Amino acid sequence: MTTNTPDTLVSNALQPGVQAPDFSLLAAPGQKVRLSELEGPVVLIFYPADWSPVCGDELSMFESANNLFSDRGAQLVGIAVDGVWSHVAFKADRRLNFPLLADFHPKGEVARAYGVYRDQDGVTERALFVLNAEHDVAWSYVSPIGISPGVDGALRAVEALS
Amino acid sequence: MNNRAQLVVPVGPDDHVEGSDDAAITLVEYGDYQCPYCGQAYVIVKQLQRDFGASLRLVFRNMPLTNVHPQAELAAETAEAVALQGKFWPMHDVLFENQRDLSGPALLRYVEDVGADLSEVANSLNEGAVQMRVKDDVESGIRSGVNGTPTFFVNGERYDASWEYDAFHDYLQEVLDQP
Repeated sequence: MTTNTPDTLVSNALQPGVQAPDFSLLAAPGQKVRLSELEGPVVLIFYPADWSPVCGDELSMFESANNLFSDRGAQLVGIAVDGVWSHVAFKADRRLNFPLLADFHPKGEVARAYGVYRDQDGVTERALFVLNAEHDVAWSYVSPIGISPGVDGALRAVEALS
Repeated sequence: MNNRAQLVVPVGPDDHVEGSDDAAITLVEYGDYQCPYCGQAYVIVKQLQRDFGASLRLVFRNMPLTNVHPQAELAAETAEAVALQGKFWPMHDVLFENQRDLSGPALLRYVEDVGADLSEVANSLNEGAVQMRVKDDVESGIRSGVNGTPTFFVNGERYDASWEYDAFHDYLQEVLDQP
């Protein structure tokens, strides 16, 4: 078992070139989002928890940059282990225009498939994956859990696709 | 690990700058007038400016997080309109000192408080250039790795540690003491 701290980050996150595992998760009660049904490049934003200040900042920055991603045909998708009702309330409160998916049951299953589940505390890493239009991993990044990664890396990776 | 995020748009003649071009430290803040953390940081940065005097140059760029701060964008645009009359910093200060009221009527009062011409400000807000200015700041911030508000860059490198006074002061002192 590796222990991730902000200073020594050991990442098992999926690396570029790998086909992104498909998944189907609730975005709202009764509304599932399946990765393979999304068209074009996708940015997966794994974040530890709804309502935490760092996560709020991180997702607000992605919201600010949403138009720069959509200009390139890329879709933003947030994923955390919180349940769908928490996601619905958090998304409304922060006025986010991209889906937040509930990796809730079985808890963290999708995060595990992407190599970014933190067994030691039961949340996902603060991790970003840029998938190309074929949904291969084009770029991935795991941030120290207390530091919002910013949007620049993912944006550059999306722009490098075209 | 990635290297720390770097400022991609260098400080230039269009920036709002307080301090000398040959200062040893250039501190760039991306801030949001409605963000309470930026309000706290405002007081700390003022103290740092007093501490470091001519060694510190401060630059302010706009990063209104409009999804959570619905009044931040108009406040930023109004400050940019006032800046066209050479009164950016007084307006910047008034906005942070009164960030609990950034309603439209309040913004008009602040414009008058800093001695700017209200009708000129209204014209500037109608022309669209100040909106572009704020938008450009937001994009330069996004591309530089701004990861929340406030985000600071010290000599072009994103500062990820605490901006509480003691920690920030000690860090800047270290930068200053580097040979």
